[in-house]
Amino acid sequence: MPNHDHGHVDTEGSGDYTPGYYEILERSLAELLVEKGRIDANDIRREIEVLDSRNPALGARLVARAWCDAEFKKRLLANGRKACEELGITSYEDTELIVLENTESVHNLVVCTLCSCYPRAVIGLPPDWYKLKPYRARAVKEPRTLLKEFGTFIPDDMAIHVSDATAQVRYLVLPQRPIGTEDFTEEELAKLVTRDSMIGVVRLDPVQVHPGEVP
Amino acid sequence: MPSVQSQRPPMLPAPRWADGEAALFKAGDRVRIAERFPIGHYRVPRYIRGKSGMVEAVIEPRAVNNEEEGFGRNAGSKRHYYRVALPMAELWQGYAGSARDQLKIEVFETWLIRG
Repeated sequence: MPNHDHGHVDTEGSGDYTPGYYEILERSLAELLVEKGRIDANDIRREIEVLDSRNPALGARLVARAWCDAEFKKRLLANGRKACEELGITSYEDTELIVLENTESVHNLVVCTLCSCYPRAVIGLPPDWYKLKPYRARAVKEPRTLLKEFGTFIPDDMAIHVSDATAQVRYLVLPQRPIGTEDFTEEELAKLVTRDSMIGVVRLDPVQVHPGEVP
Repeated sequence: MPSVQSQRPPMLPAPRWADGEAALFKAGDRVRIAERFPIGHYRVPRYIRGKSGMVEAVIEPRAVNNEEEGFGRNAGSKRHYYRVALPMAELWQGYAGSARDQLKIEVFETWLIRG
């Protein structure tokens, strides 16, 4: 995988590049699998293409639909994977999706303490900080302090529920619909939904101006 | 589409699950996470081992025990994962935050102890 943490990236422009341990391991494994005829190089390319085709805009569509359609929201909270399929978002891995609803009294935060489990099928690849140890350790131990560093202040009367994805389930946060968006269309709402709000490190700010109006 | 239930002749008894197929725990059950430290990679983080919580939901469908699968064994190892809620104060001494703050995590059936 390019840009792997363990590689030594050349910043001087001299062209020197030393692959790290895991990059060598990954390349060797891929070469062996191709050489033995288990897969071909095109299979690997195709998988990367599928991974790269996923991005936060898909999750944003889910969230906006849930805000606009109460019945859809029920189905999404009951079975995330099936509800995704309604919007043509298929899961390419054998995992379940649990959607966690933020309310006035509960804020949800998602982490994977063991590695980097993340709802990739719905919002693409995780940001680097999500995969690093400081976030992974602190999200489960001092979520309130951590969230403050993201600029997110959770009042004392709001509980924090941290979901640690460890095996079979991926988690996606359903943020609260921002105040001031009553007359927004579903498409306009989807534009407000950010990646970080679906991980739960931020809450969505109230909206002052309708997208059609000049401020 | 008629459900499987209605297709079954009325005289037949309800289906019997094979060992391990029916969920052993249900939502609301008090559970403790086993305190084991086997060698190898286990998908139960250490910080929850030995801690107590409550089953919030049974996760369907049954899944292969991915820890066994990691060693090439997966035949007959399908059981349930459970979504377990643990109070943060149970996990961390002197936890600073709301007493209602919780950790939610999915735990494979073989790691749960009743009570």
